[in-house]
Amino acid sequence: MNAPLPNVMAGPLAGARRISFVRGETLPQSPPPDDVRLSVTKRVVRTYFGTPGNAAITLACVLILAWLLPPLLNWAFLKATWTGNANACREAGGACWAFIREKFWFSVFGLYPFELRWRPATVLVIFAALVAVSAQRRFWSIKLVYAWVGTLVLMLALMGGSVLGVPVPGLAPVPTRLWGGWLVTIFLAVFGMALAYPIGIVLALGRRSERPIVRFVCVCWIEFIRGVPLISLLFIATFIVPLFMPTGVELDRLVRAQIAFVMFAAAYMAEVFRGGLQAIPKGQYEGADSIGLNYGQKMRLIVLPQALKITIPAQVNTFIGLFKDTTLVLIIGIFDFFTTLRSSLGDANWLGFATEAYVYAASVYFVCCYAMSKYSQRLEASLNEGQRR
Amino acid sequence: MSSIDTARERSGQVRFWNDPVKRGLALQAGLIAFLLLVVWAAWSNMMANMSARGLVFGWDYLSRPASFAIGESLISFATTDSYGRALVVGLLNTIRIAVVGIILTTILGIALGVMRLSSNPLLARLVSGYVEVVRNTPLLLQLFLWYAIINSLPGPRQAVHFGPGMYLSNRGMKVPWIEWSPTLWPVIAALAAGLVGILALRRRLIRKRFETGDAPPLWPFALGLLLVPPFIALAVQGFPTTFSVPELQGFNFTGGIELSPEFAALLTGLVLYTAAFVAEIVRGGIQSVYKGQWEAARALGLSSGQLMRLVILPQALRVIIPPMTSQFLNLTKNSSLAVAIGYPDLVHISNTTMNQTGRAVEAILVFASIYLTMSLLTSAAMNWYNAKVAIRER
Repeated sequence: MNAPLPNVMAGPLAGARRISFVRGETLPQSPPPDDVRLSVTKRVVRTYFGTPGNAAITLACVLILAWLLPPLLNWAFLKATWTGNANACREAGGACWAFIREKFWFSVFGLYPFELRWRPATVLVIFAALVAVSAQRRFWSIKLVYAWVGTLVLMLALMGGSVLGVPVPGLAPVPTRLWGGWLVTIFLAVFGMALAYPIGIVLALGRRSERPIVRFVCVCWIEFIRGVPLISLLFIATFIVPLFMPTGVELDRLVRAQIAFVMFAAAYMAEVFRGGLQAIPKGQYEGADSIGLNYGQKMRLIVLPQALKITIPAQVNTFIGLFKDTTLVLIIGIFDFFTTLRSSLGDANWLGFATEAYVYAASVYFVCCYAMSKYSQRLEASLNEGQRR
Repeated sequence: MSSIDTARERSGQVRFWNDPVKRGLALQAGLIAFLLLVVWAAWSNMMANMSARGLVFGWDYLSRPASFAIGESLISFATTDSYGRALVVGLLNTIRIAVVGIILTTILGIALGVMRLSSNPLLARLVSGYVEVVRNTPLLLQLFLWYAIINSLPGPRQAVHFGPGMYLSNRGMKVPWIEWSPTLWPVIAALAAGLVGILALRRRLIRKRFETGDAPPLWPFALGLLLVPPFIALAVQGFPTTFSVPELQGFNFTGGIELSPEFAALLTGLVLYTAAFVAEIVRGGIQSVYKGQWEAARALGLSSGQLMRLVILPQALRVIIPPMTSQFLNLTKNSSLAVAIGYPDLVHISNTTMNQTGRAVEAILVFASIYLTMSLLTSAAMNWYNAKVAIRER
């Protein structure tokens, strides 16, 4: 860059009137940007201690970490007890991970009959395999949807020994009051989402319908469910729905809670889908109309595939919310993962280890939700690739 | 369109299922009929089931004495008072946790959101770690954790003393509080007069800036107007003692205001949880303002305070406020988790009521409609605000 710039003043303009806003000489070179010029140490010092304010912030952060981390590490690792009984834990004074070891399988299977535990274990393996397959975009096709429907039925059959009241030969029936642990959490979240998906689509289409009564019904439905706390829906499912049933007909408690979750998730999914429907350019609707597609074809072939695709990240976020909200069944006494774990706090041999149980539960939920949210962010980026300019 | 079709159409011979208007009417009539049938079946089943259990639908239970005690209440409540009054106590407790929670969440959330954008990577990372952990674990679990932590604090006699007259123990938190007396009326009046004065002064200063291009800053005057009149009002009355400071007497504290362990756990949990979501909203809002706006404001020579106040925030708020309101609504709805740790909110009182009277339908109907009303009012206000701040496109 040291080559001399053509000097305007030397050219035909030389000797002419000087133009006040045109520079007559070359500027000295600017120094290279800090990233190149400064050594790593200097850059670090500048980032963390560049100004007095910045130095104060760094110092405050270090102080907070120094105050929090050592006792935490001490409790969680150095003084922790990994094997042994409650007395060994109390002597060591740190975290009692032996308690979690003791209760781990209980928190997975709950009160499910011990000799039949291979059934929920199989369910977990199948479920994990299907999730692993579904996470990869190259497997996304209509076949995957069929695989999910088939797996859900299989999961029901293995867990309860019957599908919608029809007993499966060779499998002893296990009533839902014996279900518990991770399995119930997975059932509530996954069945809740799977059933809420079609209902959500119908509600979203209904809310954008031209028919005033259809629209009114859908709006009321969505706004009612979104306007009340989830607890009210669980209370309605527990105390009021049994009253709606004809005398003698009884719905299973878990099924009723499941219905509440489906309704809840459907209303939120409907709003997600509505956002997607609104984001599709008008030209797509008009284009579909102009080639003579009817309403069903237009939605199925043109609009919904696009609307569902662009809302996938929002769908994952709704699912994360639903997954966290399954803990609320504690209030109506259904034994999901968290409730099962909490019930083991009452074990007379292991009193006083609530914090360990909460930390264990929190890490399980955190790992699941964090993985899902990172996945949805990656997916969002890769789905947008075609649109990026 | 073939000539046969048009001929048919003209002569009115279109089959009714091919006529979009008639088909729409039929569909909607079918929907109404179906819904009415479902409602009628549910209602008649409910009546049959309730009479089989010896229950009658009605609101008479609201005036019957509730024979349970309520741990904390903003209005006086005795076990001989009615279920209706108990419900009001619950509603007030819900409002109390919501109002205090929303104020604290706003402050903490904005602070966290701004800190997450800090140029200091250590601070940004710390805050982002906090936000991720809190957002990805269930609120109910966090509430239980805070409740366990508060219950494991030392008793009142070994209470943590963290400020003048402020104590933290397993009985909750004790802080000094203004004791109500009629001498406070002039102070309130002086405060109100000061606020009116600030508004008037602000208008004047803005007009002056328009006319002359320069005006003194508002805040020194505002601070004076806010503090001096109440101080004079107090001084004229000879500073009557109006503070009640908690003191240890025997095994517990007297005086001051008490935040029960349940209230403290619920408040801490709700605020820390919702603030993480608010922080993300604030960060997104600030980042949504185009880089050119920052650069243009700097090029104009605005100070960093002016840059935020005059250029960035007015644009960011348009993005921030709608999702922020829905977070406040979530906080209010989530306060119903109080039932799990025993804070006497609306749902908790309703739950006790229906356990005692068996009036499940009525009790659930009452609290669901109260929450629904709050939600609908908030979203109406939000629609109004959105219409007001929407960019006017010409």
